Amino acid sequence: MSLSAKDVEKVARLARLRLNETDIEQYAAQLSQILDYAAILEAVETEGVEPMVHAIELANVWREDEILTSLPRQQALQNSPAQDGKHFVVPQILDAS
Amino acid sequence: MSYDVIIGLEVHVQLQTQTKVFCGCSTAFNPQAPNTQTCPTCLGLPGALPVLNKKAFELAVQTAMGLNCEIPLFTKWDRKQYFYPDLPKGYQISQYDLPFSRNGHLDIPPATDGDTPIRVRILRAHLEEDAGKNLHDESGRGAGSMIDLNRAGTPLVEIVTEPDLRNAMSARRFLEELRLLLVYLGVSDCNMQEGSLRCDANVNLHVHGPDGTKIPTPIVEVKNLNSFRFTEQAIEFEVARQWEQYQKTGQTIHDAPKVTRGFDPDRGMTYALREKEEAADYRYFPDPDLVPVTVTEEQLSLWRSRLVESPASRRERFRQEYGLSLYDAQVILDQGVLFADYFEQVASQTKDGKQAANWLTQEVQRVLNDRRWTLTEFPFPAPALGHLLSLVSTKKITGKSAKDVFNLLVEGDEPEVVTSETIDATIAERGLALVEDTGAIDMAIADVIGRNPKAVQDFRSGKQAAAGALIGQVMKAVKGADPQSVRERLLKQLEG
Ligand SMILES: [Zn+2]
Repeated sequence: MSLSAKDVEKVARLARLRLNETDIEQYAAQLSQILDYAAILEAVETEGVEPMVHAIELANVWREDEILTSLPRQQALQNSPAQDGKHFVVPQILDAS
Repeated sequence: MSYDVIIGLEVHVQLQTQTKVFCGCSTAFNPQAPNTQTCPTCLGLPGALPVLNKKAFELAVQTAMGLNCEIPLFTKWDRKQYFYPDLPKGYQISQYDLPFSRNGHLDIPPATDGDTPIRVRILRAHLEEDAGKNLHDESGRGAGSMIDLNRAGTPLVEIVTEPDLRNAMSARRFLEELRLLLVYLGVSDCNMQEGSLRCDANVNLHVHGPDGTKIPTPIVEVKNLNSFRFTEQAIEFEVARQWEQYQKTGQTIHDAPKVTRGFDPDRGMTYALREKEEAADYRYFPDPDLVPVTVTEEQLSLWRSRLVESPASRRERFRQEYGLSLYDAQVILDQGVLFADYFEQVASQTKDGKQAANWLTQEVQRVLNDRRWTLTEFPFPAPALGHLLSLVSTKKITGKSAKDVFNLLVEGDEPEVVTSETIDATIAERGLALVEDTGAIDMAIADVIGRNPKAVQDFRSGKQAAAGALIGQVMKAVKGADPQSVRERLLKQLEG
């Protein structure tokens, strides 16, 4: 399976990655290889096999509705590129969507 | 040319849990202290693992059961990927192809007695996490937007209806019935100021073509309506706008993609939101951090058995069993579960639903409002009120005396809890009991007639008013006699 430059551009845009021409060419080839590798699985006969929804054979892992201590605000904010001591600060948002 | 209006709603309901859906942070509404209710999980820090809040799942299932949905025995979690500053992980944990419930319905109650309910089908309800809140810099310096992540990770149930609504008013009435249901189920406080219930409305028109065909116009989604009135206004505005647009451009659903619009309540108008360059592509995939949830039929029937009666069922019972009008039934239901319970206790004791409804919507509500009491603070328990009202219906006291006793017993800063005994004692103390001894009343009447030949003469010669004075004298002689009964017996003796 081979990915086109257009496919790579779209995936990059959705992931907010800025790629140049050389990158796109390189990733198109590499990502195609990865897809080809995964495509080996298509040879397996899956007729009548239940789809697997999770790699771990576990269900119903719960927690009780009990309050745990949250992070102090300064710690919550400390890794953000911009903050005002109370909030994360981001470039102006124009529209709510 | 005419058209039908086609409306479907997506309603987001915040569930009433103590903690967030996948971490132990508090869900308390706390805008004064932004970013104090976060942790590595709801901040999306690397290495943090979400774990499902059991209570959130139970409340979600109860919600779906209240909406008559099917609950599959298996459900799983998916990631919905998009970038927005209030979504720290870059994806929202939600449910895609296997939501925990689907295929339900909620009926909009009839508006007046004699009308029929309108059924609105529910496509699905799924559980997901809320995003944070964006605050806009109002200093005018354009410094940027501020993000508060206290709300990020709060459990939401998203309820998606089929496009079964046909006008703006039905949409509002659907939301009112939904809110009533959610409050009765105790799954959400539905506080709209705090954003506990938010609604998106999908609106378009089916224009009637000349050959009898229906031409659908492009679908518009009006986002983030945080009041029922705004929802109604936004839909009304959209219908007018889309009709005008169609007449101008003739655009149908095939010519234009679905667009999103916002609503400006100050101007009562919807406005275009900036379009993304391409259709949303959320690239859903199963969340590897969360394992699926399975439930058993036994578990479901246990939960179903614990489900409180729906407002719709109560409304119908209030009309059938207690003979209430739709209006009275609704007034009582709107006061909440406790009030409705109180009504039923009183009405089932007195066997007179109308009397109980009148007392509750007049006397009881007046006192609750004046004193700013909740029903739990109200010193008149249902059995006591039932006793008092029974005394009226069995003619032991007059309605007027009952009101006096009622007002007397709820007086004061902290009145004692009223019992049947305190009611009886008050009636005895004040001499309010109606005398049933007709012999005593008849004797008093004979006595009064004997002592007032002039008044008797006047009455017999046609002066009806003369009877009033005589009744007054009998009432004075026999304290607690029912004035109605005295009047009847007096007239009988005078005419006899
Ligand atoms: Zn948290």
